[in-house]
Amino acid sequence: MGFFLETVIGGLMSGMLYALVALGFVLIFKASGVFNFAQGAMVLIAALAMARLSGWIGDWLGGDSPILANLLAFALSALFMWLVAVLVERLVLRHLVNQEATTLLMATIGISYFLDGIGQILFGSSVYAIDVGMPKDPVIIMDTLFDGGVLVSLEDLTAAVVAAVLVAVLAFFFQYTTVGRALRAVADDHQAAQSVGIPLNRIWVVVWTVAGLVALVTGIVWGSKFGVQFTLSTAALRALPVVILGGLTSVPGAIVGGLIIGVGEKLSEVYLGPFVGGGIEIWFAYVLSLVFLLFRPQGLFGEKIIDRV
Amino acid sequence: MFYRENGQFKSSYRSDQQIFPIRQDRWFVAGLLLVAFVAVPLLASNYFLQAIFIPFLILALAAIGLNILVGYCGQISIGSGAFMAVGAYAAWNFGVRLDLPLVVQILLGGVLATLVGVVFGVPSLRIRGLYLAVTTLAAQFFMDWAFLRIPYFTNYSSSGNVSVPALDAFGLPVITPVQKYLFVLCFVAVIGLLAKNLVRGAIGRQWMAIRDMDVAAAVIGIRPVYAKLTAFAVSSFIIGVAGALWAYIHLGSWEPLAFDLNRSLQLLFIIIIGGLGSIVGSFFGAAFMVLVPVLLTNVPHWLGLNMPVDVASHIEHMVFGFLIVFFLIAEPHGLARLWSIAKEKLRIWPFPH
Repeated sequence: MGFFLETVIGGLMSGMLYALVALGFVLIFKASGVFNFAQGAMVLIAALAMARLSGWIGDWLGGDSPILANLLAFALSALFMWLVAVLVERLVLRHLVNQEATTLLMATIGISYFLDGIGQILFGSSVYAIDVGMPKDPVIIMDTLFDGGVLVSLEDLTAAVVAAVLVAVLAFFFQYTTVGRALRAVADDHQAAQSVGIPLNRIWVVVWTVAGLVALVTGIVWGSKFGVQFTLSTAALRALPVVILGGLTSVPGAIVGGLIIGVGEKLSEVYLGPFVGGGIEIWFAYVLSLVFLLFRPQGLFGEKIIDRV
Repeated sequence: MFYRENGQFKSSYRSDQQIFPIRQDRWFVAGLLLVAFVAVPLLASNYFLQAIFIPFLILALAAIGLNILVGYCGQISIGSGAFMAVGAYAAWNFGVRLDLPLVVQILLGGVLATLVGVVFGVPSLRIRGLYLAVTTLAAQFFMDWAFLRIPYFTNYSSSGNVSVPALDAFGLPVITPVQKYLFVLCFVAVIGLLAKNLVRGAIGRQWMAIRDMDVAAAVIGIRPVYAKLTAFAVSSFIIGVAGALWAYIHLGSWEPLAFDLNRSLQLLFIIIIGGLGSIVGSFFGAAFMVLVPVLLTNVPHWLGLNMPVDVASHIEHMVFGFLIVFFLIAEPHGLARLWSIAKEKLRIWPFPH
């Protein structure tokens, strides 16, 4: 029982991380109808920027105030992600208005290749470390209830808390600020939003910046856990099933989907994996969401797809 | 003036419906085949055959397969690498376990890819658009995993790496680059012709109707189940054969990594750059995809710059990303569109009035 709970908790916490990446997808999809394949590349480039900038600034400051270095690096990386958002909007999206969703998807695949390339040219392509002082040691909880208790990694817990806080902040931002309201209006109906004077182009920059910031936070959390390297870019692919399971247009869907996939992956790996040779978590999430979509093609909370001739 | 149909009258349905209705087109294709079958093997060096022509032909074949699914039937697939892998490993297993002739191995590889393709095509009946695109990744990751972790498929080879012995087809050896080139060319020519005929026939029209709007197509009496699954089947067969050729002829020995997600994306780029819904576009796209890396590695060399290998590969990434976005913005219909514009212009060139 203790072991089972441990697996579930581990799954929930990695699920929070998936939810974080999925959130980036959902934000952009809702606001601009673009399925952003480049989210993974954005995570990579943000994490690379953070890792290298904190290192450089740390050296420049003399290495005695890591917190200041990290803060400066975070601010600069955020600025960098804003720049990426502006460029993406100016150079790509603006020219692809009213194209089909598939064309936009392919454009983001192109963006993702470009970002992968330029990120590694600018910031190097070795493995870098991010140290923002996340606790490393695991703790044991509930040892009064079970024999041996439940082992919880504090690092995962911090990451989960960070993700939860970010989700709450975003929810607040969307619900109660002017920009957030404009974003929701654009998501609902582009034309109607434009006709009441909401500038679409600026909204897209905002939404890509927000997605970039989400990517930055994801990059920091994953980067400090596994190290910043090229695989971060593909790690975001693992969040894709989360997005479609939860529904492309639903923020709560991204979170619930993330938790389901996280737990499902861990449980399958532990209880099913040994029978088939292990390593199944790479495809389990995809197959799970595929089977699920057969019954509910728009995902858990997605808007129902209605076809009219 | 040189390329127009003046004076070529069609007096029967047969001549009206033939594959190349204009005489100049027929000459052009005949000339092209002559060049491909005779001139290239005689003139091209081994390096050109191995590094450019063979990969070009095989990628073009795979792109034709993917184009049938994505360009003609409108079902986006990001998992085509998986079907190449199925074709390659199935062909290899037929060869190792049953000792069948080479051509039969490759075709059976395609048949197994067809079966797997139909299985992964079934969700397309319920799931549409972007949701479907993501679920095709399930095929990709599942197959990557299966060929890596299930030792039966690699005949319990300890490294997971498999290789083919010296090949021969109908008693003729397929060993030197020229022989390999001709072997691949035969496959490409036959399958290319078949594909061209399929897409301009009844089934091709059904696919296009489904692509343009599946509800409307269903209303006018096209069965979506039949149309979508045949598109998946034909496409996977061609991709499977291309996968087997890629593994047998181009690679010789390979591991599952040869058919990973990057391969799928590469095929997708080929058909975007070449032109969605165009057979000839698949060839243009494949040529582009093979030539650009060769140029990118050679240009700094000619300019006297010395670039580290990793920087060069990053720049290649950037250039590809840039080109894809550029093509989507500048010419969403790809190189094939430029080709047809050129043909239109040729009709009146050089006398514009």
